Amino acid sequence: MPENTAQASNEALLDIQDLSIHYITEDGTVRAVNNLNLSLKRGETIGLVGETGAGKTTTALGIMRLVPDPPGKIVGGRINFAGEDLTQKSDAAMRNVRGKRISMIFQDPMTSLNPVIPVRDQIAEVILLHEKVSAAEALAKAEEMLLKVGIRSERAREYPHQFSGGMRQRVVIAIALACNPELLISDEPTTALDVTIQAQVLELMKNLKREFNTSMIMITHDLGIVADICDKVAIMYAGSVVEIGDKYDLFRNPKHPYTIGLFNSLPDIEKDEDSLKPIKGFMPDPMDLPSGCPFHPRCDVAKPICMQAAPSEYVNVSENHRVKCLLFSDTTGGE
Amino acid sequence: MPEKLLEVKNLKKYYKTKRGPLHAVDDIDFTINRGETLGLVGESGCGKSTTGRVVLRLVDATAGEVIFSGENILNYDKNKMRNFREHAQIVFQDPFASLNPRMSVSEIIAEPLIINKKASSKQDLHKQVLQLMDTVGLAARLENVYPHELDGGRRQRIGIARSLALKPSFIVQDEPVSALDVSIQAQILNLMDELQKEMKLTYLFISHDLGVIKHVSTNIAVMYLGKIVEMSDYASIFKDPLHPYTKALLSAIPVPNVDVHRERIILEGDVPSPISPPPGCRFYGRCFMRQDVCKDQDPVLNQISETRKVACHLVKK
Repeated sequence: MPENTAQASNEALLDIQDLSIHYITEDGTVRAVNNLNLSLKRGETIGLVGETGAGKTTTALGIMRLVPDPPGKIVGGRINFAGEDLTQKSDAAMRNVRGKRISMIFQDPMTSLNPVIPVRDQIAEVILLHEKVSAAEALAKAEEMLLKVGIRSERAREYPHQFSGGMRQRVVIAIALACNPELLISDEPTTALDVTIQAQVLELMKNLKREFNTSMIMITHDLGIVADICDKVAIMYAGSVVEIGDKYDLFRNPKHPYTIGLFNSLPDIEKDEDSLKPIKGFMPDPMDLPSGCPFHPRCDVAKPICMQAAPSEYVNVSENHRVKCLLFSDTTGGE
Repeated sequence: MPEKLLEVKNLKKYYKTKRGPLHAVDDIDFTINRGETLGLVGESGCGKSTTGRVVLRLVDATAGEVIFSGENILNYDKNKMRNFREHAQIVFQDPFASLNPRMSVSEIIAEPLIINKKASSKQDLHKQVLQLMDTVGLAARLENVYPHELDGGRRQRIGIARSLALKPSFIVQDEPVSALDVSIQAQILNLMDELQKEMKLTYLFISHDLGVIKHVSTNIAVMYLGKIVEMSDYASIFKDPLHPYTKALLSAIPVPNVDVHRERIILEGDVPSPISPPPGCRFYGRCFMRQDVCKDQDPVLNQISETRKVACHLVKK
C-alpha cells in the first residue's frame, strides 16, 4: 500500500545537487560526503541507508547547516529547500529554518533532551521560539503535542529520566513536530530501542507523518525499516548515493553490487539459508578513498575500468529508479 | 544420540536492591547438546546476558544447578573452576570495551595461553598466536597493532581468537555481532559457523535480533522478564510462534521485503520492572490475549510437542 501518494505532489521540497562535505584536519581531509544528489517531494519519505561512515549523518547535518566548522566544511553543491539554497543562507536565517521548517530527531533520546527541564517545558521552548504565542499558550500546545505522541498530561511535568527509552523518543518526536515542520530528518530514531518498542514508535511516526503531511528523511541501517515506513530509498556508500529509487522498484530489482551485497548480508527470517553471502573486505577510510569507484576493492563484478574511473552519471533502471555504477553505463561497454 | 554438554536446572539469579529483590533470572531450565547452538533471545533487561554470565559463574547464582559434562559447576572449588574455564569461554558484545587498549593484538590473544601455561617456549607461543589469528581471518601483519587502530569487525575477530585460545568446547556468545554493520556482521556469523563445525563447538548464543538467532541456532529460547516463555527448534517457532510474546516479537521485526506483509501486533506499554514482580504471568500487563487465570497463576513451561515448550495458560497440547 503506498504510504503517502495521496498527499504527495510533484513539487520537490528538497533537491540536493552535487553536495560535498569535507572535514579538514591536520592529518588529512576526510571526504565524508562526495557529490551527493538527492531529491524529495512534499509528503514523501525517503530512507537513507548505509553503513557506519557512509556519510548519512553528515548529510543530515549538512542540510541543517550543523556540520561543526571547523573542521567541517560544505565544499560544494547546493541544498535547495522549497526553492531556496540553504548553503547560501546566513546563520541568523538558518535559525529560523531549524526547528520550524526542518527538524531533526537523533538516535539517543537521552542525550538530546535536557535532563533538568520537565518535558513539557522543553516542547514549549521550541514553540515560544518560533511562534507568536504566550507562555501559557505554548505550554498548552506542548501538552497537546504530548497527547499526540501518547503521553498523558499527568506526566507532562516529569523529567526525562522518569521516562523509558521509548517514551523519551516520543518526547523528542513531539519537540520535532511541535512547529509542524515541512521536513523531518530522523537519524536512526529507533536504533537504541527494543524491537517491540521500535514497532510502537514507527507506528506513531507513520501516523503523525500522515496527519501533519511532513516529508521525512529516515536515516537507518535497517532495510526492514525502509520497507516498513518509506516511499523511496537511497543507498549510500563512501559519501555518495549509489542507487536511488522508488522503494518497490529498488527492493524488487536492486542493481548496484553494493545494494545487492547489503541484501545478501541480512539473515532472512522468511527463508532458510546455510550461509550468508557477506560483502568482502571493509568500509574504506574516508581520508584515503580508493581510486576510481570507491566500492571497487569490495566488488565481485568490478571491471578494470572501475579502478580508474569513478562513475559520475546516474543510469536509469526504470522511470523511478537510478543507479550510479559503470557496469550499467553504455560508455564503458566498448572500453 | 545427542550428548548433553550443558544442563541448567531451576537457575535463579536475584539481585538485592533497595526496592526489593530484582529477579534477573527466575527459575529457568534448558539443555544444550554438544555441537549445537541454543539461541537465547529477548529484549533489554529480560535476563539473557545474566544467564550467560551465571552459566560461566562470572556472577554467582542465587539457586539452581549448572551441569557441565555431568558435573554441577556451581559446587566447584577454585582449582576446578580454573580447569572449567579452559573449556568454557565468552565473547562479549562490545569489542572495544572487552579488549585491553594497552595490549597489542598478539598480547591479547597470547594472554590466556600464558596464564594457563599452554606454550612450551616463546616461539611456540608466537606460533600458536599466529595460528589463532589465521583461524579467525586476521592478517599476521596485524599482530603488533592495538585495538583502537582496528574497526569493529576486526576487533571482534580478536575477541573470538582469544576465546578459542584454550580450545574450549563451549562458548557463550553475548551479542557478538550487535555492534557491527550488516556486511561485517555476516562475515563474523559465517566465521562462527565455520569454527563451530571444524572444532565441534557448542554455543549459547545471546541476541536481541531474531534474524541472527534463526540463522545460528539449533534451538531457540525466548526470554521475558527473567523467564523462558517459549523453547523450540529453530524452524517451527518462526512458522508458528505459540506464546503471545513470541508472536508479538516476531511481528514487530521490520522485514526487508516489500512484498511480504505481516500482521503487526503492537504491544501496549513497556517491559515492567523485574523488581518484586507480581504473581501470575509476567507478560500479563502487555498481553493481548490475557484472561483472568493469567493474573494470579504463573504458567509453567509445558512440553507441547517433541521439540517445543511453552509457558502460557492459553496454549494446550
